[in-house]
Amino acid sequence: MTEIFGVPIQALFGQLMLGLVNGSFYAMLSLGLAVIFGMLNIINFAHGALYMAGAMFTWMGLEYLGVGYWWSLLLAPIGVGIVGILIERLMLQWLYKLDHLYGLLLTFGLALIIEGFFRDLYGVAGQPYSIPEEFAGAFNLGFMMLPKYRAWVIVASLTVCLATWYMIEKTRLGAYLRAATENAQLTQAFGINVPLMVMLTYGFGVGLAGLAGVLAAPATQIGPLMGSNLIIVVFAVVVIGGMGSILGSVITGLGLGIIEGLTKVFWPEASATVVFMIMAVVLMIRPAGLFGREK
Amino acid sequence: MMKRKLLALAISTLLLPAAGSVLAQAGKVSGDVVKIGVLTDMSGVYSDLGGKGSVVAAEMAIEDFKAQFKPKFKIELVSADHQNKADVGSNKVREWYDTQGVDMVTDVLNSAVALAVAKVTTEKNKIMMNAGAASTRLTNEDCAPNNVIHYVYDTYALANGPGRAVTKQGKDSWFFLTADYAFGHSLEKDTANAVTANGGKVLGAVKHPLNASDFSSFLLQAQASKAKVVGLANAGGDTINSIKAANEFGLTKNQTVVGLLTTIVDIHALGLQTTQGMMFTEGFYWNLNNETREWSRRFFSKHKKMPNMLPAGAYSAVMHYLKAVQATGTDDTATVMKKMRETPINDPFAKNGKIREDGRMLHDMYLVEVKKPAESKEPWDYYHIKQVIPGDQAFQPMSLSRCAAVKK
Amino acid sequence: MSRSVQVAYLIGLGLLLLAPTFIYPILVMKVLCFALFACAFNLLLGYTGLLSFGHAVFLGSAAYVTGHALKVWEVPTLVGILLGAGASALLGWVIGSLAIRRQGIYFAMITLALAQMMFFFFLQAPFTGGEDGLQGVPRGTLFGVDLADDVNLYYLVVAIFASSFWLIQRTIHSPFGQILKAIRENEPRAISLGYDVAKYKLLAFVLSAGLAGLAGATKTLVFKFATLTDAHWHTSGEVVLMTLLGGMGTVFGPVVGATVIVTLQNELADKVGSLVTVIMGAIFVVCVLAFRRGIVGESIALYQRMIGQKR
Repeated sequence: MTEIFGVPIQALFGQLMLGLVNGSFYAMLSLGLAVIFGMLNIINFAHGALYMAGAMFTWMGLEYLGVGYWWSLLLAPIGVGIVGILIERLMLQWLYKLDHLYGLLLTFGLALIIEGFFRDLYGVAGQPYSIPEEFAGAFNLGFMMLPKYRAWVIVASLTVCLATWYMIEKTRLGAYLRAATENAQLTQAFGINVPLMVMLTYGFGVGLAGLAGVLAAPATQIGPLMGSNLIIVVFAVVVIGGMGSILGSVITGLGLGIIEGLTKVFWPEASATVVFMIMAVVLMIRPAGLFGREK
Repeated sequence: MMKRKLLALAISTLLLPAAGSVLAQAGKVSGDVVKIGVLTDMSGVYSDLGGKGSVVAAEMAIEDFKAQFKPKFKIELVSADHQNKADVGSNKVREWYDTQGVDMVTDVLNSAVALAVAKVTTEKNKIMMNAGAASTRLTNEDCAPNNVIHYVYDTYALANGPGRAVTKQGKDSWFFLTADYAFGHSLEKDTANAVTANGGKVLGAVKHPLNASDFSSFLLQAQASKAKVVGLANAGGDTINSIKAANEFGLTKNQTVVGLLTTIVDIHALGLQTTQGMMFTEGFYWNLNNETREWSRRFFSKHKKMPNMLPAGAYSAVMHYLKAVQATGTDDTATVMKKMRETPINDPFAKNGKIREDGRMLHDMYLVEVKKPAESKEPWDYYHIKQVIPGDQAFQPMSLSRCAAVKK
Repeated sequence: MSRSVQVAYLIGLGLLLLAPTFIYPILVMKVLCFALFACAFNLLLGYTGLLSFGHAVFLGSAAYVTGHALKVWEVPTLVGILLGAGASALLGWVIGSLAIRRQGIYFAMITLALAQMMFFFFLQAPFTGGEDGLQGVPRGTLFGVDLADDVNLYYLVVAIFASSFWLIQRTIHSPFGQILKAIRENEPRAISLGYDVAKYKLLAFVLSAGLAGLAGATKTLVFKFATLTDAHWHTSGEVVLMTLLGGMGTVFGPVVGATVIVTLQNELADKVGSLVTVIMGAIFVVCVLAFRRGIVGESIALYQRMIGQKR
C-alpha cells in the first residue's frame, strides 16, 4: 500500500473527506458572517449561539411537534431567521450610527443570553437526534466508508453556498444589495428600501447559521455549548479569508477544514490550534486576508 | 471620587451583617446548628452531573435523618453555584466557614474548584466530603486526611475497573481516544497500566483537543488500529460526541467502546440505540436492588431525573456526617472525622463502605454494560451489571499512595 | 488636579486602608485585582479605541508564571509578581504586533483567536496542571512581613493597585496619552500629523497587557492558585462588561464596573443558580442599548446637567 509520511494513502483520502465535511460548516458559518458584515458592518457574535438554536429548534420540532428532518431543514432556518429579524428590529438598528464595536458587544451579550436560556431549559448533556432514514448507512468509496449523511452535508452546504453566491453576484436583488453595501444613502435615494434590505440580510445571514445547525443536528450531540467554541474558530477563518468576497469565504472555509483534517492525522494535538496558527502567519504576510481588500 | 466611597459603602453594607457572628468550637454543636453547604456547578458544563440534583439529594438526607433520629440540634442547608470558577468557589466556602458557621461542604464538582476548596477547608479546619471531583490529587499530592474525604469516585477507579475487567474478558487490545490535558492523560495512563498488568496490550492512542467539535477523524484512526476495545479517556461533551460518531462510522459493530468517565446522564442523553454494548464503571446504579430503587424513585419524584453516582454520593455523605454528629454530640472536626472513619457506611449508596486513612472512601464500583433497546423494560432501565468491583480493589491501593501525611 | 479632587483621592485611599476592619479582605482584594485588570483594559478600549477580546490571556499567563515561579522556583514574592507581569507584557508585545495589523472588528477577532490558542496551550502544558489548576502557591514574605496573613497581604495589594492606578492616570494625562486619544478619535488624522500610530498602539497594548498581568499575578497571590478560568474567553468577556458597565474612557468606570460584577457574581452564587450567564448577557445588552456611558459616565452627565454645565 502506498504511504505518505507513514499514513496509508487511502486513509488519507478518508481524512480529506472528513475535513471537507467540517470545512462545509466553516464555509456556511463564515459565509453568513460575511453577508452580515458586508451589509451591516457588524460582526455577529451571536452567530454560534444561533447555529446552536437552529439545531435546538430541529430537536424541539421533532420532540414537541413531530416535525421531521426534512421540514426542519426548511422551518428551523426560518425560525432562526425570524429571531434574527427581531434582534435586528428591536436592538441592532439603533446601533448603526455608532462605532461598529457596539454591535459586537451587543451580539456577544445576546450569545450569552441564548446559550444560558437553552442551558437552563435542557441542561448541558444535550439531546440526541437520529440520522434521517434516507441517509442511514454508508457509501463504500473503496478507500473509506463515508456515512451517507456526511456526504449529504457536503452536497447540501455547497449547494447553499453557491446559491448564495449566485444570488448576490448575479441577480438583480444581489445588485441592490451590493449597491447598498457600497453606498447606502445613494441606494436609498434611488428608491430602494435599504432598512428593509438590512433587516432581511441579517435574517438571511443568521438563517444560514440556523441551517448549518440543522445539518449538524444528526451528526453531533445537540447541546447549548455546541456553538460557542466553534464560533471562535470561524472568526479566525474569517480573518484568514478576509470578508471582502463571498466565494473567498467559502473557499477559505473548505480549505481550512481540510487542513485541520490533515492535522488530526499527522499532529492531532495541534488540531485545535492549527487554524489560529495559520491566522497568525497570514496576518504577517497578508494582513488584509487571502481574499480581502485593504479598506 | 464619590463613587469610590459609595462602592466601599456598598460592599460594607452587603457584608457587615455577616461579619458579626462568631463561632465557638467547643464540645457542643456550635450554635446548636449543624450547617451543611452544597457547593456545585449549577450553570456550567458539569451541571447535569451534580448541580441541583446534589442539592435535592442533600435535602433528602437531612429530611430522612430528622425523621429517623429526631436530633436535638437544628440542621440547615446552604447551597451555591461556583460557576466553575475556583476563586468564586473558594471565596464562597471561606465566607461560609467564617461568617455562616458552615461545618461541612459536599459535592464540589470540578477538580480545580475542589482542590482550592480543600485548601480552604484545611486552613479553617472544617470538613469537605467530595462527591463530585475526579482528581486523584485529592487523596495523593494534595491530600488532607484530617479534613478531606474523597467520597464517590476518582480517575483511578474509573480507569482501573474497565482496564482490568474488560481485558480479562478477552478483549485484550486497546486503543485510546484521549482528551489532551492532564485529566485525559491520567485516565489513559491508569487504564493502560491495568490493561497491561492483566495481559492485554495497548495498540495506540490519539490525543484530541478538548471540546473538539468533530470526532470522526479520530475514530477512523481508532478503527484502523483494529483494536478490540476503544477506550474514551475524555468526559462530558467529548465523550458524548465520540460515542455518537463511533456509532455513525459503524465502529461499534466490531469494537467495544469503553467510556472511562461516563454516567447514566450521558446514556440518557444519547439513547440506548447509540450506546448499546458500551461498557464503563459507575459508582451507583438506581436499578440495582430494592433499596436503591426505593430511594431513587423518591429522588426522581423530586428531581425528574434518576440519580447518577454524584447525587447518590452526596446523600450518603450528608447522612454519614449527620450520624457521626448525632453519635458524638458535637460538630468538632476531629471528633466527627474520627467517628466517621470508625463507622462503616451502609445506605442505598454504599454497602460496608469505609473511609481509609488517606481520606479515600472505599465502596463497591460497578462495571456495567449498556442494554440493547429491546432489553430495557422502562425508562432509565439502562444497565446490565457485568461485575461488582469490591471497594478494596476498585480504588488505588495504599502501596501506590503519594499522600505525604499517611506515608510511612 | 483641583484641591477637592485631591482630598477625595485621599479619602478614597483612607477608606481602602481601613476596609479590612469591616469588610472581608479577600473579597476586597479580588475586587481590586479585577479593578486593576479592568483599568488596564480601559487604557486600550477607553483611551486608545482598541477592543481586545482576548485580554484574559494576559491575566491568565501572568497568574501561571507567577504561580510557577513562586511554587517551583521558589523565588521571592516580589520577583514572582514582576516575572508574571513581565511575561504578560512580552506576550502582549507578540500578540499586539500581530493584532495591530488590522483595525476595529478584525482587531477584536484576532485577539480573541490568539487568546484561544494560548488557552489551549495552557490546557495542554504540564506546568499549569490542566483543569486541576496550579494549586497551593505559597504567598511568601515581603521585607520580612509574612504575607500568609490576609491583612498583611491586603496592604500589599492596595499598594500595587494604588501605584498602578497612579501610573495609568499619569499615562492618560501624559503627552503619550493625548496621542492615544488622538488615535482613538481619528486615526488617519493622527497619521497625517506624522505620528507613528502603529508604534503608539503597540506601546499601549504592551502597557495594558503588562498591567493586566500584574493584576493576574496579584490574584494568584491572593487565592494561592491559578486556573484555566483566568485565561478563558468568558473572562475576556467579563472584563469588557466591567469596563462597559462602569463607563469606558472614564477614570473610575472600570473600578466601579469591576466592583459591581465581582460582588454580583459572589452574591448570585447562592441565589439564581443556572441563570448567571443570562443575567450577565442581559447586562451587556442593556448597557449597549441604553447605557453606553456606563455608571460613571452617566453619573457625570447627570451631575453636569444638574449644575447646568455644558460640556
